[in-house]
Amino acid sequence: MMTNPNGIVTQGQFSFLPALTDAQITAQLKYALKHGWAIGVEYTDDPHPRNTYWEMFGNPMFDLKDAAGILMEINNCRKTFPNHYIRVTAFSSLRGVESPTMSYIVNRPKKEPGFGLVRQEAEGRSMRYTIHSYATDKPEGERY
Amino acid sequence: MSETDPLHAILADDAPVNLEAEFESSNVKEVLDKLDRELIGLKPVKTRIREIAALLLVDRLRKQFALTSATPTLHMNFTGNPGTGKTTVAMRMAEILHRLGYVREGHLVSVTRDDLVGQYIGHTAPKTKEVIKKAMGGVLFIDEAYYLYKPENERDYGAESIEILLQVMENNRDDLVVILAGYKDRMDKFFHSNPGMRSRVAHHIDFPDYSADELLHIAKLMLAAQNYRFSPDAEKAFFNYISIRMTLEHFANARSVRNALDRARLRQANRLFANASKSLSKTDLMTLEAEDILASRVFVEGKLDMDGDEGSDIVAD
Ligand SMILES: Nc1ncnc2c1ncn2[C@@H]1O[C@H](COP(=O)(O)OP(=O)(O)O)[C@@H](O)[C@H]1O
Ligand SMILES: [Mg+2]
Repeated sequence: MMTNPNGIVTQGQFSFLPALTDAQITAQLKYALKHGWAIGVEYTDDPHPRNTYWEMFGNPMFDLKDAAGILMEINNCRKTFPNHYIRVTAFSSLRGVESPTMSYIVNRPKKEPGFGLVRQEAEGRSMRYTIHSYATDKPEGERY
Repeated sequence: MSETDPLHAILADDAPVNLEAEFESSNVKEVLDKLDRELIGLKPVKTRIREIAALLLVDRLRKQFALTSATPTLHMNFTGNPGTGKTTVAMRMAEILHRLGYVREGHLVSVTRDDLVGQYIGHTAPKTKEVIKKAMGGVLFIDEAYYLYKPENERDYGAESIEILLQVMENNRDDLVVILAGYKDRMDKFFHSNPGMRSRVAHHIDFPDYSADELLHIAKLMLAAQNYRFSPDAEKAFFNYISIRMTLEHFANARSVRNALDRARLRQANRLFANASKSLSKTDLMTLEAEDILASRVFVEGKLDMDGDEGSDIVAD
């Protein structure tokens, strides 16, 4: 695919790099904890870039001192949804609202079929374009 | 954490190591000395803690020779009556474990049954896990741990919490240390009916009640920390107070002393206020007089003071 040379969805941080190891994830978690950010684990099987609200895996985690507990939740989520996208998001409350400061994928389906280009003929000779994920042709839970 | 530091190569079989130097470089000496200084009495407890520190130090030295053995089990059980210093020592223990590298952060998360056990089906597991996640990297202190186990109600959610704790105590030994605490007899019973718990707790430390002398010592230490002191007469009065108080109900060792001192400070303030016309010196403001102590109902009626929280403080903090 021209726009996706690795054949994987690229969203959030580090997504052009090889998958993060648990040690690398731990280092990122430590960085977030050092700043006092809350951390959430989320999953989805709808990888469309405009799908911003993924399902939460448990509550966001506040006031933790150590990364091991978060890695434990990530691994629980991987065990429950081995073939879903899973991302870790860090939130800063500095501005009075919990604003995402970090977001990166820590699990993905084994095969990612990617997106097709959809053309729609509109008024006159104009043409509208959008992308469509092949995976979402199937119902939720059966996509990967 | 507990694995061999990759920067340090494995030592040759005949390389000498210095236990003394290791002791100094770990900074545990500082914590142990502070423990000696700031906690009166508690001889058996201090000895046990030194023993545990020694075990961990030797374990570290063995690692330098790649003499592997399983990470020592560090989960502990502190038994004793209220106010004997269990929570305080647990905090020090967290610091010692941190300095020796057995926990990454060294904080203490102190909980009771209510923090772990939920109200309805499906509530307990997330609650217990949340507490565990908060305690990771440090010490989880479970006060009055026997309330987790209620054999009279077989559908009690406490059992679910114990189950999760057992798993974490086994599988996450590098991530957190659990210290259980409570009355000796009830903890013994708890371990008797929970063999899983018993097999995972390696160190049992018993906290004895304090003598009247020790309690007076503790009182003076607490006052000094707040820039107060007894007049000679007040000291005698307080010793008498302690001797009577020890025989009354709800006696909670050092905690009762702390509460009595709080009330004495209140009476001192009232006394100073009553003589407000007189100008006061620094000494006046610092000194507790005998009358500040003798006004207690313990002397007058042989009953507890009700203006304090003596009734409610039996619940361990
Ligand atoms: N040996 C001691 N020396 C000085 N202060 C003490 C000592 N033991 C307990 N205290 C003080 O008494 C209070 C109650 O102690 P705590 O550790 O909460 O007891 P427990 O957890 O056994 O109920 C604390 O304020 C603590 O600082
Ligand atoms: Mg306590």
